[in-house]
Amino acid sequence: MSPKTLYDKIWDAHVAHEAEDGTCLLYIDRHLVHEVTSPQAFEGLRMSGRKVHAPDKTIAVPDHNVPTTLDRAKGIENAESRIQVEALDKNAKEFGVHYYPVSDVRQGIVHIVGPEQGWTLPGMTVVCGDSHTATHGAFGALAHGIGTSEVEHVLATQTLIQKKSKNMKVEIPGKLTPGVPAKDITLAVIGETGTAGGTGYVIEYCGEAIRDLSMEGRMTVCNMAIEGGARAGLIAPDETTFAYVKGRPHAPKGAQWEAALTWWKTLYTDEGAHFDKVVTLRGEDIQPVVTWGTSPEDVLPITGTVPFPEDFKGGKVEAAKRSIEYMGLTPGQKLTDIEIDTVFIGSCTNGRIEDLRAVADVVKGKKIKDGMRAMIVPGSGLVRAQAEEEGLAEIFKEAGFEWRLAGCSMCLAMNPDQLSEGERCAATSNRNFEGRQGYKGRTHLVSPAMAAAAALTGKLTDIRELI
Amino acid sequence: MEKFEKLTGVAAPMPLVNIDTDMIIPKVFLKSIQRTGFGKNLFDEMRYNRDGTEIPDFVLNKPQYRSAQILVAGDNFGCGSSREHAPWAIADFGIKCVVSTSFADIFFNNCFKNGILPIVLPQEQVDLLMKDAEKGENARMTVDLEAQEITTSDGDVVKFDVDAFKKHCLLEGLDDIGQTLQKEAAIETYETKMAQERPWV
Repeated sequence: MSPKTLYDKIWDAHVAHEAEDGTCLLYIDRHLVHEVTSPQAFEGLRMSGRKVHAPDKTIAVPDHNVPTTLDRAKGIENAESRIQVEALDKNAKEFGVHYYPVSDVRQGIVHIVGPEQGWTLPGMTVVCGDSHTATHGAFGALAHGIGTSEVEHVLATQTLIQKKSKNMKVEIPGKLTPGVPAKDITLAVIGETGTAGGTGYVIEYCGEAIRDLSMEGRMTVCNMAIEGGARAGLIAPDETTFAYVKGRPHAPKGAQWEAALTWWKTLYTDEGAHFDKVVTLRGEDIQPVVTWGTSPEDVLPITGTVPFPEDFKGGKVEAAKRSIEYMGLTPGQKLTDIEIDTVFIGSCTNGRIEDLRAVADVVKGKKIKDGMRAMIVPGSGLVRAQAEEEGLAEIFKEAGFEWRLAGCSMCLAMNPDQLSEGERCAATSNRNFEGRQGYKGRTHLVSPAMAAAAALTGKLTDIRELI
Repeated sequence: MEKFEKLTGVAAPMPLVNIDTDMIIPKVFLKSIQRTGFGKNLFDEMRYNRDGTEIPDFVLNKPQYRSAQILVAGDNFGCGSSREHAPWAIADFGIKCVVSTSFADIFFNNCFKNGILPIVLPQEQVDLLMKDAEKGENARMTVDLEAQEITTSDGDVVKFDVDAFKKHCLLEGLDDIGQTLQKEAAIETYETKMAQERPWV
């Protein structure tokens, strides 16, 4: 048998039907659902008199629209947001899928809840009507975002019509240096490949620096595979993965755990397997980075300066000109001279416990800069509870941060957490698109520690100067 | 789904690279629980001032492009989120075909589910079509899916590739779910097998 990649193995294990032209029906093990991209899909089922094929494999949680203020039990003020969440309440009940309502302590961002509850397991196929489904690839699960028509398709058939992508390897040999967490790996890779560099591929991340990451860090890396254009990102499961999964509410137990483990241990890329594209970055060479523009590929080390549009080629010259104007920057300006109004810490990229610990390490016993608006939004109710138990919440509050309830919040600003016109934010989220965090808002993507540093100094700051 | 056969119409040029889904349809419009009515908010923040008045420089506000049915766009069109509201807005505006050097994966798939044909072409051919689109409303292009070719207003013919299955679905206006349900037996066989092999799933 010819050697296979991890992606080949998971793919082969899920083909329920293959047509002559290679179009496959790929079986879906877990379907995660949130309130924004699902109402039209459930409505479609209702109109055609169809049922959910596998309600036991379908998990729903509201996250995009939910308020994160402490008084959210009083309900959602914005009528449209409220209707969307109510529609999910109703659909989850009517179609009998697993559900974590806003009032449940386990509620949170769908990509944080899935792994936390043990729904996401190695070797699975996981989809969700959300591009950051790539997150679950950290477990060695083939996980990707789908549109609403495909949400309806999976609800009705538990399969997706798919053609196989190509294999791409992103290798990070060596060790990371202090002040460089998983976020910098994933941003540095996108800086290298561009936002279309992964188009048509499934990425497998490997190498010592990836192996050394915790599950939280691996989720951060895979989460942004989509910003690199890839269909999915994968990391082969290992002892770190198994230790994280074991004992979670929906992880297998007893004899089933042993059987699962035996299979999971076969999920790695065989020696000599073919990759269509390979990118290598040495761990030691990755620096703390920050985005300067309005595309996640606009990445530079924090020690750099705002580029000149003429430094680019082709269509990127115009795009860079537009970005620099939108961001209110001057070419040649030092990145560490950029003053920040707001800091947002949270999202499915960086809303896990390890991220909050990294922030606490930086801000412990210190105060955020006067006038700074700084909020920390945990990724789930359970992350929030753990942070309180570990004493992190006290550190945040004493430093001057707002300590919020779980949700997507200012990552995409569908709830009231938004930037105003011209407001400049250091954010641990995943997209710096025009208007992403609010109309004419300006976003610089950074790691949690870098966001914390910016909150203290009021400027984009090289975290290495504070450690 | 409406069938896609042959389309002759005005093409609007949008040479900007990395046009993302937040530009195509800002999140404020994702709160609808309907599939329709997004066309008026297509490219909302590029197209309107805050007070709702039009920004005259924006391509789709120019008289010659207001009824464009084809978009010729810069590289990596549709990057970002999985929101199908993006192709819903494009289709609702009346655009049925988008041409670029590359598309983001999820957006590309979403187009086909909504009767929109995304066409990937090499840079020099996109440049040729961009020039043709820049001529305005007298420059009507024809996109022939059956023949897999685009004819410019000057009569230049550009061939394009399209996945055979996706082409078939667009030409016939087929519903994916209905087709998959015809293979229900294969899905059940797979599920029975997996209940044995991987019972923990």
